[in-house]
Amino acid sequence: MKHLSFFLAATLFAGADDTFVLRGVTVHPVTGPDVENASLLVVDGKIAEIGDAKLKTPKTTRTIDAKGLHAYPGMIDSATQVGMSEISSVRETSDVSELGDFKPQLRAAIAVNPASEHIPVIRANGITAAMAVPDGGIIAGQASLMHLDGWTWEEMAIRIDAAMHLRFPTISTGGFLSRTSFPEARRNYETRLKNLSEYFEQARRYQKAKAAAGPGFKPDLALEAMLPVLAKKTPIMITATRERAIKDAVTWSEKEGVRIVLAEVRRPGESLALLKQKNIPVILGPTQELPLEEDDPYDEAFTVPVEVHKAGVKFAFGSFGNQFSRNLPYQAATAAAFGLPYEEALKSVTLYPAQIWGVDDRMGSIEKGKWADIIVTDGDPLEVKTNVKRMFIQGKEVDLESKHTRLYKKYLARP
Amino acid sequence: MKALLLLTASVLSAAPPIVIQNATVLTVTKGSFKGSVVVQDGKIKEAGEKVMIPPGAQIIDASGQFIMPGIIDAHSHIAADSINESSVSVSSMVGIEDVLDPEAISIYRALAGGVTTVNVLHGSANAIGGKCVVIKTRWGKDREGILFEGAKPGIKFALGENPKRQGMSASTRTPGGPQYLRYPGTRMGVEDVIRQAFNDAKIYQAEWKTYNGRKARGETVIPPKRDLKLDALVEILEGKRLVHAHCYRADEILMLLRVADEFGFKIKTLQHVLEGYKVAKEIKEHGAGASTFSDWWAYKVEAFDAIPYNAAIMVKKGILVSLNSDSGELMRRLNTEAGKTMKYGGLTETEALSLITINPARQLDIDERVGSIEPGKDADLVIYDKHPLSSFAKVQKVLIDGSVYFDRDRDITERQQRELRKKQLLEKEKQSQPQQKKNAAPTRRLQ
Repeated sequence: MKHLSFFLAATLFAGADDTFVLRGVTVHPVTGPDVENASLLVVDGKIAEIGDAKLKTPKTTRTIDAKGLHAYPGMIDSATQVGMSEISSVRETSDVSELGDFKPQLRAAIAVNPASEHIPVIRANGITAAMAVPDGGIIAGQASLMHLDGWTWEEMAIRIDAAMHLRFPTISTGGFLSRTSFPEARRNYETRLKNLSEYFEQARRYQKAKAAAGPGFKPDLALEAMLPVLAKKTPIMITATRERAIKDAVTWSEKEGVRIVLAEVRRPGESLALLKQKNIPVILGPTQELPLEEDDPYDEAFTVPVEVHKAGVKFAFGSFGNQFSRNLPYQAATAAAFGLPYEEALKSVTLYPAQIWGVDDRMGSIEKGKWADIIVTDGDPLEVKTNVKRMFIQGKEVDLESKHTRLYKKYLARP
Repeated sequence: MKALLLLTASVLSAAPPIVIQNATVLTVTKGSFKGSVVVQDGKIKEAGEKVMIPPGAQIIDASGQFIMPGIIDAHSHIAADSINESSVSVSSMVGIEDVLDPEAISIYRALAGGVTTVNVLHGSANAIGGKCVVIKTRWGKDREGILFEGAKPGIKFALGENPKRQGMSASTRTPGGPQYLRYPGTRMGVEDVIRQAFNDAKIYQAEWKTYNGRKARGETVIPPKRDLKLDALVEILEGKRLVHAHCYRADEILMLLRVADEFGFKIKTLQHVLEGYKVAKEIKEHGAGASTFSDWWAYKVEAFDAIPYNAAIMVKKGILVSLNSDSGELMRRLNTEAGKTMKYGGLTETEALSLITINPARQLDIDERVGSIEPGKDADLVIYDKHPLSSFAKVQKVLIDGSVYFDRDRDITERQQRELRKKQLLEKEKQSQPQQKKNAAPTRRLQ
């Protein structure tokens, strides 16, 4: 009997858990005008209704008073190593970079540690989903879009193959201690480009062989992973920072006939017109960076987003790490301070990443039918002093405590 | 001599007074109000809702804008040509003052971020590092011109992972080559290095005391051998040089406080001090200040217990706290770093602003001169278009000693002229260049 009642209670709660109504809240849907003193109804983890104060809900629906508070869609960080790296300087805690140049079969999601201390820290600032991006070599592997909550990586995963990460070859003469000569750097670059083309050629032969299903066909896990890329189902996330690499990458993608998203874009220059023309979205490198060159304007990095916006190119922000992922909204805010329209700044951390990663049917805005990935705040989430008061991922309330809040409470209380 | 003084005075007073009007004035120490700030002879003459406008004053209309004291960064490495003398464990004989580069663009970038005073530190490779220097971001001035005249000299100490790296990092060691191993390799060794050094310094100090005493009595004595390394440490013992100690973990912080107690000197500031919140009581008792990051963490093992509430906890426990950048990039937005403490720990607006103005001024013993908007202080002022604790605020103008050193509008106009000039120079270069350079390495900018 005891067992039965426990079971009953559990299921009842499970049912009620992701069904509730937020009352008195100002809803910022991002896709439309703000709604003040709204009633935001969530049923079974999805947004069911954005009504006014009079919205009628069944008596059993849990009511959450959110008077004076604001509801925004949860933010999405388009480039992190969340769960894949714990302490960046300790190799043993990092699973970001694998050996080898071509590893399309590797999947970031499976190396995301759901117990990472970074996850609660990042989400406490209003980020509900993040791209976990593998690195190393030329084709690094599959970047996975993850919810920042779940008992396992499987529960966290939204799209395991959200993108194939490719670091486009550049001419690099190396760093401070290991300089190579320019001709050598150029040879390296040409070799890597050739290898890349050959790899795609190999993938295409594999595709044909598989379709032909001849007797000699043997499955190959790496090449198999290339098929969704060749079929344009999975975009290639190409890291290309400057104009020349960007142009190279676009020309190459046209030749290969693949769909791309550019990442860590920093100095697009005249390539912007090309990106607009080809409808290629970009993930902007952090805004809060120093100018690339000594004689650049002091605010050079702050103004890249507004240039990209003016060119009509779709963009989202990524933090390209873990430590500062929680500062994602401030990257957007800095861009807004230096000319990016506020609405665009907000969309670049909510709606646009959802569109870029092909999940805007489920997330990225507060709209009927979408997942209730919602943050409830006491102000504008792009402002540093704003507090995230509550968070829901697929309608389930998420704990905003973290290692940081635990240590805060513990040591504040030290006599 | 008198004539020279008079001349200087007349040159100074030649600059017309400036009145910044209609702004929200955030004085930090004397509240906030809508009003004006009057600047004369490089100093703040008056600040209030209503002020006397001196005759011939230049008026800056700052309607809807915000004025705060120039930001002070208590931990930076900008404008230094080299940072670390890492071959020895005690490098107190070297100093950043000797390698200052007044033309470093980082100075202008810091200025454009509202920073007017900077503590330029030696690196953290040694338990006892090199001497530091305080500068003002007087862009365009020479080496002498950027020094914060009269600021007490400082020195860098470092604890934990950096000084115990044992010299060169592993990646630069060639297999089979020299190992460059250097004592210490543990936190125990770091303590030992500091204690040994101060033990030597005490002996050295006594030798000089004896010598000076005997000399004063008219005896003929040979002076002890001058030791530049120990000279700096004696200055610490005599309270003439401020110790800024890089540290992370609570255990090493406590260790340093106890070593300082043992040898009878004070730690002026604990730098980074990411676990300061764990030993706030002991820090407070010693009287050390704390200069920390707003939200850095997890980049190395000793930063894994770092929390963004560190500053707020230490403030609440009565420690003099500042926020620093340690980065030429971050220092341009210390205003929003301060804003974060309102979220992480609920500091008030004034407490948050203090972390980047009056508190670091006190930590550097320059609070008589800078750190707040008060009559008589240096006219180091920043004008923002929005409240400086907002993510959306932008620096419009920066004054140092009453002169406008940064003006966003002027910067924007000048950058267009500079672009034009650059194009002309490139054109000229192209025309004057013979064909043979074809295979030469291109400049970085070609990409």
